[in-house]
Amino acid sequence: MLIVSNILTIVTFLPLVGAIFVLVVSGGDATAKTSMRRIALATSLLTFVFSLVMWGLFDPTDPGFQFVQNHEWIDNVIGYRMGVDGISVLFIVLTALLMPVCILASWKSIESRVREYLLAFLVLETLMIGVFATLDLAVFYIFFEGGLIPMFLIIGIWGGRKRVQASYKFFFYTFVGSVLMLLAIMAMYWQAGTLDITELLKTKFPPEMQFWLWLAFFASFAVKLPMWPFHRWLPEAHVEAPTAGSVILAAILLKMGGYGFLRFSLPMFPDASAFFAPFVFALSICAILVTSLVALVQDDMKKLIAYSSVAHMGFVTMGIFSGNQLGVQGAIFQMLSHGIVSGALFLCVGIVYDRVHTREIAAYGGLVEKMPQYAFAFMVFTLANVGLPGTSGFVGEFLTLIGAFQVNTWVAALAALGVILSAAYTLWLYRRVIFGGLEKESLKSILDLNRREAAVLIPLVVLTIFFGFYPAPLLDATAASVAALVSQYADALSGGAIEVAGL
Amino acid sequence: MLAEMLTFNGLAPAFPELALLAGAIVLLMAGAFSRGGAASLIMGVAIGLLVAVALLEAITPIGASLFAGGFVQDEFARFMKILVLTGSALALVLSVSAATEHALNKFEYSVLVLLATLGMLMMISAGDLIALYVGLEMQSLALYVVAAMKRDSARATEAGLKYFVLGALSSGMLLYGASLIYGFTGQTRLDEITRIIAFGDNSIGLIFGLVFLLAGLAFKISAVPFHMWTPDVYEGAPTPVTAFFAAAPKVAAMALFVRLTYGTFAPIGQQWQQIVIFLSIASMSLAAFAAIGQSNVKRLIAYSSIGHVGFALVGLSAGSEIGVQGVAIYMAIYMVMTIGLFACVLSLRSDNAYVEAIGDLAGLSQNRPFIAAIMSVFLFSLIGLPPLAGFFAKWHVFLAAVEANLYGLAVIGVLMSAVSAFYYLKIVRTMYFDEPTRQFEAAPGELRLVMIVSGILVVTYYLTVGSWLAPLAKSAAGSLV
Repeated sequence: MLIVSNILTIVTFLPLVGAIFVLVVSGGDATAKTSMRRIALATSLLTFVFSLVMWGLFDPTDPGFQFVQNHEWIDNVIGYRMGVDGISVLFIVLTALLMPVCILASWKSIESRVREYLLAFLVLETLMIGVFATLDLAVFYIFFEGGLIPMFLIIGIWGGRKRVQASYKFFFYTFVGSVLMLLAIMAMYWQAGTLDITELLKTKFPPEMQFWLWLAFFASFAVKLPMWPFHRWLPEAHVEAPTAGSVILAAILLKMGGYGFLRFSLPMFPDASAFFAPFVFALSICAILVTSLVALVQDDMKKLIAYSSVAHMGFVTMGIFSGNQLGVQGAIFQMLSHGIVSGALFLCVGIVYDRVHTREIAAYGGLVEKMPQYAFAFMVFTLANVGLPGTSGFVGEFLTLIGAFQVNTWVAALAALGVILSAAYTLWLYRRVIFGGLEKESLKSILDLNRREAAVLIPLVVLTIFFGFYPAPLLDATAASVAALVSQYADALSGGAIEVAGL
Repeated sequence: MLAEMLTFNGLAPAFPELALLAGAIVLLMAGAFSRGGAASLIMGVAIGLLVAVALLEAITPIGASLFAGGFVQDEFARFMKILVLTGSALALVLSVSAATEHALNKFEYSVLVLLATLGMLMMISAGDLIALYVGLEMQSLALYVVAAMKRDSARATEAGLKYFVLGALSSGMLLYGASLIYGFTGQTRLDEITRIIAFGDNSIGLIFGLVFLLAGLAFKISAVPFHMWTPDVYEGAPTPVTAFFAAAPKVAAMALFVRLTYGTFAPIGQQWQQIVIFLSIASMSLAAFAAIGQSNVKRLIAYSSIGHVGFALVGLSAGSEIGVQGVAIYMAIYMVMTIGLFACVLSLRSDNAYVEAIGDLAGLSQNRPFIAAIMSVFLFSLIGLPPLAGFFAKWHVFLAAVEANLYGLAVIGVLMSAVSAFYYLKIVRTMYFDEPTRQFEAAPGELRLVMIVSGILVVTYYLTVGSWLAPLAKSAAGSLV
């Protein structure tokens, strides 16, 4: 019973416990490094198990928050409040799923400063899970911003050649975007008298205030997600980060922006959201079309996937701001699916990078002859990235398109063009890397997946196909909470309309 | 009044100051009669004395005013005095390992620090313009000497001279302001001044006096545009002395600033709020941009301290209880971060010399991972990144500014904190992203201890200190009105 009522606290802070163990391992030789890696892996696996327990205990029919803990803490302003609903629960599971994957993926590729590396990842895991698990707005900000520190170090220390510039760009884009949100959070506190998210969701903010609050939150989430044209930091950060860093960035950190829109912008500022929806649609379309075209001309594999991420996030924002059940559920599904697929694509790039030490597409070709297993896994994720029916990528894109179609046909039509473009750039990437003749000298002796790499990729392949055919577990978990969110949004808007009519 | 002074127990609110005074005189005697041979022993006793006085301060009765209103002991004074005493004690601890190299192994150093601290306590408790000035000067005179303690060093002498000349100028301005205020109110007691200006209908002369008074104090807290001395003095003075300057006198001067504005001149809040807002914006902005080009750690910390004064003044700008609470919390957290950072700086030794250039820190994280990690914690905290303590400091002051609808100030403030991140990250980057070029020595034990304790406080602020510091600061702020 104690475990059940504290399950969120356990899932959130368990990685920190592992971090302390990693910190106290003595020595820096190979055995010490291995034991540090094992501790980190065990911790993250245990966290994953607990997150699955939490998902198992989660009641999908209840639209409200579950496993709630609520204590006043600093000055009766900032509290310790935890709770999840259908919107946040799966993000926690996704985070906990990908962390062991990341640690396994960097088992051999990271040899310098292993202790700091694992510490950064475990601390980052706590901060990321905390973002989704907290019900206090200030603590949300703490977790949201706190993630900057480990990620800055991950990119800057273990990154590629231009890592310093990339880490600075990542830091400043996100930091500048977020500080304005901090002021908005304070303004909300003085308006509502609390930072408890459950209370804030019931508060009706005056429309003119919503306008500014929405913009401040948008500044933060649009950079984090990222939306076009605030995405400039992303390709560089992705390219320079080590493989596991790219996976975390693409799979989890970007989702915080989408989660923020769902948790705050839409339900708390409904009038402003409706007002800005066309603006968001326009940016989403730009993201989908422009960045897809940009992705076409990339000659760096990681950069191509990074731009494709921006395009896919365009579907997410489009789905969220369509404000209906299908669109919002599709957006959540798209985020989860993209978390798995883009994470896996970065892992695939990392696997060949570890062997050949280049990310240039032109340096590859004909890998299928030497690496058939790799080619198969890469194909599954490629097709999922395209959004082929039968993969998880299809479900999300399809639902968001239906959602958008109900609101604005043109938006849906233009976004659908993006699906074609994504097929173009992803399949072309696949053709250039996997097919063709195996002519490059450096590739002649390349080896297929080893057991560790297979252990990393196989679960992701299974999940991609499984959720492509049977998306119900994810959609069921989100349905009730999204229904509540959508009806609240609709009520707020029609209520506002009546007020205007009454004048 | 006289009867009150004659009883021993009547002096209870001033016991900490009296104990410090007696201790300082005894140590002065001991030092003089031992012909300067017992410098390190005297330093140890001085540290113990400061800690004991801080503990005594915690149990001293409050709510009293002594010496015809010249000495006020309230919860605000107690809060700030404990901060100052802790800062002074820690600054002395930081001096231990560096004493020989920085020519601080003279007993006069410890005694002067004690006397300066006494002056600070008097400043914080000042209830009268004259007491205020006497406390301030006692502090300043001791500090001028301490800054130039390293007599053979041209830089230290320059720093001391600069500090003296500009400090004297600021004292003059402050005195001029005080005389104008006396001239237009006919009172020197602060509570009487408040009573008189509360009638309204205040002449322009009083406002002039207030402006001069605040200008003089702005020198002491090194707020822009009265900050020029700070970088030179911070860079030129021996590093432990710089740590002392950054930790203790700044807190005391800020306490006095708050007491005069939020306490004494509360009835004309509109007037001083404009000044404070200007000082705040100017300090935050100038420091954020000026620090970017710095290559010396101490100079960079000087600009950082200017910036942090700006942030603390954001809370005061609101002119509300929650704002002053924010200032109190800010100064507490700032003091801990600064002392911790200086503990790191003082443990950076390579080739038997102290390293002060940022570029020389390259690869410190591989060489001395402990120092680099803890220094990064302080730097990230100074940026104001959660979940570190520096974030909560900023949280409290900006919360007050938003409540007071000072949105322009708040937006400029948070953007400047983003700009300031640039120069803090420069150090982190050098330590972590660059390859090592030199070997560093291990940190001395006492510095290690200071680093660990302050580092733990900064990292776990949300879980540990945060929940009880805020109510203390709140009652401190409440005692001013």
